[in-house]
Amino acid sequence: MTPGQLPRWVDLGLIPFLNLAAAFLVSGLVVVLIGENPLEAVQILVWGSLGYGEGIGFTLFYATNFIFTGLAVAVAFHAGLFNIGGEGQAYLGGLGVAVACLAFDTVVPWYLTLPFAIIGSAAMGAAWAFIPAWLQATRGSHVVITTIMFNFIASSLMVYLLNGVLKERGSMQPETRTFEAGGRLPFLNDLFPSFGFGYAPVNLSLFVALAACVLVWLLIWRTKLGFEIRSFGANATAAVYAGISPVRTIVITMLISGGLAGMMAINEIMGSQHRLLIDFVTGYGFVGIAVALMGRAHPVGIILAAILFGMLYQGGAELSFEMPNITRDMIIVIQGLVILFAGALEYMFRPAIIRLFAPAQPLKAKEA
Amino acid sequence: MSLPKARARSEETGQPQGATDNDKEQPSGLGEGMSDTPAIELRKINKSFGPVHANRDIDLVVKKGSIHGIIGENGAGKSTLMSILYGFYHADNGDIVVDGKKVVIPDSKAAIAMGIGMVHQHFMLVDNFSVLENVVLGAEDSQLLAGGLNRARAELKRLEDEYELRVDPDALIEDLPVGLQQRVEILKALYRSAEILILDEPTGVLTPAEADHLFKILEVLRNEGKTVLLITHKLREIMAITDTVSVMRRGEMVATVETKDTSMEKLAELMVGRSVLLRVDKKPAEPEAPVMEVSNLTVTDSRGVQVVKDVSFSVRAGEIVGIAGVSGNGQSELLETLSGIRRATSGTLKIHGETIDLGTSTLNAADMREKSMAHVPEDRHRMGLINSFTEYENSILGYHRDPAYSKGLLMDLAAIKKNAVAEIERYDIRPPNPMLKTANFSGGNQQKIVLAREIERDPEVLLVGQPTRGVDIGAIEFIHRRLVEMRDAGKGILLVSVELDEIRALSDRVLVMFDGRIVGERGANAEEGDLGLLMAGVDNNNSVEGGVQ
Repeated sequence: MTPGQLPRWVDLGLIPFLNLAAAFLVSGLVVVLIGENPLEAVQILVWGSLGYGEGIGFTLFYATNFIFTGLAVAVAFHAGLFNIGGEGQAYLGGLGVAVACLAFDTVVPWYLTLPFAIIGSAAMGAAWAFIPAWLQATRGSHVVITTIMFNFIASSLMVYLLNGVLKERGSMQPETRTFEAGGRLPFLNDLFPSFGFGYAPVNLSLFVALAACVLVWLLIWRTKLGFEIRSFGANATAAVYAGISPVRTIVITMLISGGLAGMMAINEIMGSQHRLLIDFVTGYGFVGIAVALMGRAHPVGIILAAILFGMLYQGGAELSFEMPNITRDMIIVIQGLVILFAGALEYMFRPAIIRLFAPAQPLKAKEA
Repeated sequence: MSLPKARARSEETGQPQGATDNDKEQPSGLGEGMSDTPAIELRKINKSFGPVHANRDIDLVVKKGSIHGIIGENGAGKSTLMSILYGFYHADNGDIVVDGKKVVIPDSKAAIAMGIGMVHQHFMLVDNFSVLENVVLGAEDSQLLAGGLNRARAELKRLEDEYELRVDPDALIEDLPVGLQQRVEILKALYRSAEILILDEPTGVLTPAEADHLFKILEVLRNEGKTVLLITHKLREIMAITDTVSVMRRGEMVATVETKDTSMEKLAELMVGRSVLLRVDKKPAEPEAPVMEVSNLTVTDSRGVQVVKDVSFSVRAGEIVGIAGVSGNGQSELLETLSGIRRATSGTLKIHGETIDLGTSTLNAADMREKSMAHVPEDRHRMGLINSFTEYENSILGYHRDPAYSKGLLMDLAAIKKNAVAEIERYDIRPPNPMLKTANFSGGNQQKIVLAREIERDPEVLLVGQPTRGVDIGAIEFIHRRLVEMRDAGKGILLVSVELDEIRALSDRVLVMFDGRIVGERGANAEEGDLGLLMAGVDNNNSVEGGVQ
């Protein structure tokens, strides 16, 4: 039975909801085992992430990162490619942002630096995805292996650069100098004081992320390139029959994917840290895989999933504050459970739901 | 003939009252294992998928030691019924009686335990395992393999002697031709001591010779007392091999008759519900100048084996050139090379006033389409369509770069859908819904989607591979008519088919391929026997090809 047999709202709404509910139920049990009240924990988590302006601000800030890395994974998914190198591509994207900001921050205002930061981050992310893409397309080296290897190479490269050429003269810290005003994106709190985002680092790159969602949607479902990407992902043999070049499709898709991952650095580096530093990606690239899975590789789903993971990050931090028994590691357990139920066990409830909905389903011609 | 009455049955036996009154009279001497208890009896089986009633009140009695054919168009419910019998699906209601005992078949394991074996249309074999390993797979009997393998080897030897099913047990599946792979599937079932063998469209992938061989095997099996259920939509096979035939139409069993009492025309009418033309009606070709000339084409595959060897031929405007041959003799590679999917080693192609050196060309399938060459591939599931796409998306596959479908940077969905709707109308594609996923169309309608897409661009040359494979009779008639119409409009058509009947019915000239070479050319009225010999590599007119004799 194919997913197409379920109504859209079940496929896109009910099943993810059930998966989430299961994840939280199991998380609740873990909280009980630790000896805390799970209902209270949920209350703190939700309040901490959505209950007040600053909490919302943090949630949206994290969500921005997840949107970028989620889109990156999703675009590759559509071509049947599994780009798990978002971590490294985002790290290198940071280099692109930093170079643009260091070059222009004292010369022009932020809105003139921003286009260069976008181009720089996307170009660096894409460049970092290019070699795995090229190896996959021409040599058949699997991108899952190569992209994850490139994460380690990225890490080493950035440590080398930040301890050398990029380090501020006279500083002991492996980081660049702090950007001046021309290299800082405005915080949303400064633009919309009435929302009361407070000290939350949510910034203008949220809108860059939302624009990226629209563009990705257009690309995948409304352009010839998107048609070719989806064709190749769904049936590579038929794609070749249709005159779609596998090499070209793999390379272009991975460049777009890497570029999107790289753009995550705009939020983190130009929007919040205002300097390039070691390990600023801290797992956002990997969580992007879960976001894309949960969001069904669709921009709208990705926005929702990104907000959910943003809530877990922000509410989780708040939770470990309020309940000392629940450490930061516990939050990672909860995230892991969400990924497990929404990603790996995605089809657990499906057969039962198909049975439940089967009698009311529209025509499905069975081949005799 | 009043069909509804044919479905009335007597309560005691569940024996369908067929078209003739002497249905219940068994022709005697069919086999040793025959007794009065039927091998399988189905009573009032119902199965729905949502609002689609795939099986409606099906009654079926299969006699022990007989070959029982089940025929019907695609979508008639044959495969659903067999899946219920093999435990893949569960009937909504109704009883299954195997060997006189009422049974419940929860899964295929239970079916195997009851002695029901199935040979699927698409083989369930592990390509890089040996024959022996495939036979044992799932029936190893112990944690250590050696014992089971040795036992299987002895058992295979016994089956080989008993049923003349010869296969090298140590050969790898991927090295075997399709016909032998199917034999392995039969051996798998027999190894699990199947008494009832279900074959789902077994000849879909076989050549006439291979099919004949399969039929011989089935006859031996029957004579040894096994029961064979043969599902097919090919009337010739039913007439050639079965003892009894049941006809299904739209989920219902419309008749069960003794094969000797019926004819192809009668069965076709029962299947379709109206009389059909089994022959292609066409006037003699009036060929003009060549539209495609292939010279000295040689193709080497990824293993380094020459699969097309120094082939030269031409196709003229206004003619259908058929390429006959046992499958795997280079026809597929020839089509793929000409259409730009596969690279040639050497050779030239003259098309659209241009000479292309195929040995060095980098033209892909899109470039060939621009040279006014369209291609209906042999395998629509693997190559011609993207099953997870909607109908309208598939209606532009390969033509998606056409500016007519673009508006600025974006695709013009309105124009694409309008074109799809027009094609649906002209080709009577059902259901007429361009938003439906392609996987939800029946085989015949999927093939029409491909044909509509390729023919409607009005190409000068059309390459067609197996245009009616897995397609029901009504659609075959339609597809053949469209191809002849296209020929009459002055286009050149290169037709590759392993169905000799189709080649002979459609072609104005027949080229026969054997071992990568074209070994002979015949006219429109080639004799089947003559072509058959050529296909086996024997040229009875001139010299002997391919080292035979």
